[in-house]
Amino acid sequence: MYEFLDDFLFSYQSLIYALGINGLLALSMYVVLAIGQLSLGQAAFMGLGAYTSALLTLKLGAPFPLVLLASMAVPAVAALIIGAPTLRLSGVYLALATIGLGEVLRIAFVNSELTGGALGLSGIPEKAGYTLIFSCLALALIAFVLVSRSRIGRAMEAMREDEIAAGMLGVHLPRYRLSALVVSAMLAGLAGALNAHVSSFISPNDYGFDAAVTILSYALLGGIGSPFGPVVGAIILTLLPEVLRPLHDFRLVFNGLIIVIAVLFMPHGLAPWRIRRTGARA
Amino acid sequence: MNGAILALENLTVRFGGLAAVDGVSFHVEPQTVHGLIGPNGAGKTTAFNLISGLGHQNDGHILFNGETIDDWPSWERAQRGLARTFQNIRTFGEMTVMENVLAGMHAHVGGGLGATLLRLPSFRAAESAAIGKARDILGFVGLADASARRAGNLPYGDQRRLEIARALASDPKLMLVDEPAAGMNPSETASLIDLLLRLKARGVTLLLVEHDMHFIMNLCDHITVLNFGRKIAEGTPVEVRSDPSVIEAYLGTKVAERLEAGARVR
Amino acid sequence: MLAQQLVNGIISGATYALFALGFTLMFGVLNVVNLTYGVYFSTGALIALYATRHFVAPILIALPLAAIATGLIAVVIDGLLLTPLRRKKAPELASLMVTLGATLLLYSLMTAFIGTDIQRFPPAAIDPSAIEIGTVRVSRSQMLIVGTAFVMVVLLLALMRGTRLGLAIRALAENPDVARLMGVDVTLVTFFVSFVSGTLGAAAGILIGLNYNAIQPYMGEAMMLKGFAVIIIGGLGDIRGALIAGLILGLLEGLTAGYVTSTLKDAVGFLLLVLTLWFRPVGLFGRAAIKRA
Repeated sequence: MYEFLDDFLFSYQSLIYALGINGLLALSMYVVLAIGQLSLGQAAFMGLGAYTSALLTLKLGAPFPLVLLASMAVPAVAALIIGAPTLRLSGVYLALATIGLGEVLRIAFVNSELTGGALGLSGIPEKAGYTLIFSCLALALIAFVLVSRSRIGRAMEAMREDEIAAGMLGVHLPRYRLSALVVSAMLAGLAGALNAHVSSFISPNDYGFDAAVTILSYALLGGIGSPFGPVVGAIILTLLPEVLRPLHDFRLVFNGLIIVIAVLFMPHGLAPWRIRRTGARA
Repeated sequence: MNGAILALENLTVRFGGLAAVDGVSFHVEPQTVHGLIGPNGAGKTTAFNLISGLGHQNDGHILFNGETIDDWPSWERAQRGLARTFQNIRTFGEMTVMENVLAGMHAHVGGGLGATLLRLPSFRAAESAAIGKARDILGFVGLADASARRAGNLPYGDQRRLEIARALASDPKLMLVDEPAAGMNPSETASLIDLLLRLKARGVTLLLVEHDMHFIMNLCDHITVLNFGRKIAEGTPVEVRSDPSVIEAYLGTKVAERLEAGARVR
Repeated sequence: MLAQQLVNGIISGATYALFALGFTLMFGVLNVVNLTYGVYFSTGALIALYATRHFVAPILIALPLAAIATGLIAVVIDGLLLTPLRRKKAPELASLMVTLGATLLLYSLMTAFIGTDIQRFPPAAIDPSAIEIGTVRVSRSQMLIVGTAFVMVVLLLALMRGTRLGLAIRALAENPDVARLMGVDVTLVTFFVSFVSGTLGAAAGILIGLNYNAIQPYMGEAMMLKGFAVIIIGGLGDIRGALIAGLILGLLEGLTAGYVTSTLKDAVGFLLLVLTLWFRPVGLFGRAAIKRA
């Protein structure tokens, strides 16, 4: 019995890892969408986290906990730099700036010797595993649920519904926008570091436009009424290409189609559920 | 002038070449209902937007409780006690009635990130207290039974009440109410008048924009009249309704002349 | 050396301007950030490539043909994706997201059928002649780029300021509902603007494809970053802004490649974009796109 489980886990190892990693990425997309903004920097932040962690491990042999912290801090700083000026501007600026960030980082990673250029970095030791990845995901989910059912969660949904009305109730719009962006960056960076340390190999192609839009498709499929929605979306879109072989080759086409269909026909995503926003019995 | 809860001094805002609000000055006394009326396009909603922090004036000042608030963003004004309802109702449709009112209390409910994540007793106490207060407010506006309903599903009149409840939840000293009676039938309007009078009794100062003259005349202690962005008259309801320039603004010059010549104003 | 760099800079700048024109038009008039715009760039180049290759069409016919075909594709995409959103009065970010999804969809489809290899125009299509002024060498295709960019800007400005159609377009940009009430056929004008955007993007793609002779499906995506930089620096929706910002970007990139390092060239645009956001968000000529949030 245990042998079967072992074999099963071994063959599907990278798939199971992917479920956890993509779940974290979906949450990083969720936090920004939950306040009504659009950031496409998740893939870029993931790349920053991945490269930061890989370099710290490979070149400095830094202790892993420190590596993880750094992989969250570096994207957070990047988020501050490109996010701060857009706080009082229309949401379009943030969206464009984050797309631009992805492109620029890709160029930087490809052209830099430090990051191994187009070939990326390999030989990254395996320092993460199921426990770590899924604990991070679980903790993140719990944190989001706790925050959703509170004053902060109410402010976030209010902003998403009607930013002007929310401002008129005292919600400090710029602060919430920046915080959401920084949290999003940190989560994505963490996902990148964890991924790097189970995949042993990273390259600039993993963090480009395709990845950014794919992450969006997770959130839109699952729906953003609750933090569970995007995670469910990630699980479905990660498993589906494995189960349906033809889908595998057209995975990206499918993800793009999902986004189009979701925006045009299912603004609430697959899941009609919505998390309640009170922290005590109402 | 001293002790006025709100004062506009020579407020001017221009869009392109047109002055939507042109050198308007008036002040609102605390614990009164102050009406802001005028024909369509007179600049009333623009003035409201400026007072609540949406948009930037070209000239003049806005003083709230004696402090100049020109540069304050809307959330800061809200935190200091200025609330507002909107002409086209802007409740948070996806959230429940209770959550809408709780959202209104944003500036006053405790619970930072740490307490929220760790679910400290201080957080739970703050939430329970907030919910209790929200229930009171819902009772006050007559929506106690609807607290778990999705706000977007409420009938129009109730959504208006919810918006007022939400604004009231922010514990305002001054509430800007923008055309509350729009789209309401006579009985809804009557209960709305009752609600606003009870608000006034509770100590909230109201600055009211409305077209329904019955509404205005019954509620307001003092009225400012705008036309083409300028203030053309000011005074008590009785004074304003018989002011020739007001009549002219609403009904046109011919009617005003005929009225002066002896016809009655009803 | 410097002179050549500057000239190259102006040429790439003109390219960026040409590319950004259609993009900024869509934003300025239709109030939508249409991210499928990059796809038009690639599509134009690819259609021109196949026209010259399989139908042995001379470039002077292939170019307008590909541009018009892409314009039509743009109209279809607008009709399928953006018109429903407009009808529902969906928020701006919805059009961003839907065009993002469509972009991924279309690029992936193109890649699936055509592959990612770089393709080249058949040698017959390219005119290798060039003129030399002192130490500076400018090829025919490069002059075509600059010429087209300027001509398009002039034509667009003339259209917008001098014709009834231009008036209708500007009315639509101000307020679609009022424009409709004034008798403007909003649907037709919208499609016209989409059409023009598509042709502009395609024209840019064909000209750049000719100039660098390296065509692959994702070429539009690389341009998009420059496009963003140009429209934000120039001001969202402003035609003159697109031209001037494009030229500035091209020149700065040329100088960077010449004096600093050529690998950083592509980062210049992003750097300028971030600086613009920090210090002058409306851009050079932008109308107040800032909202007091």
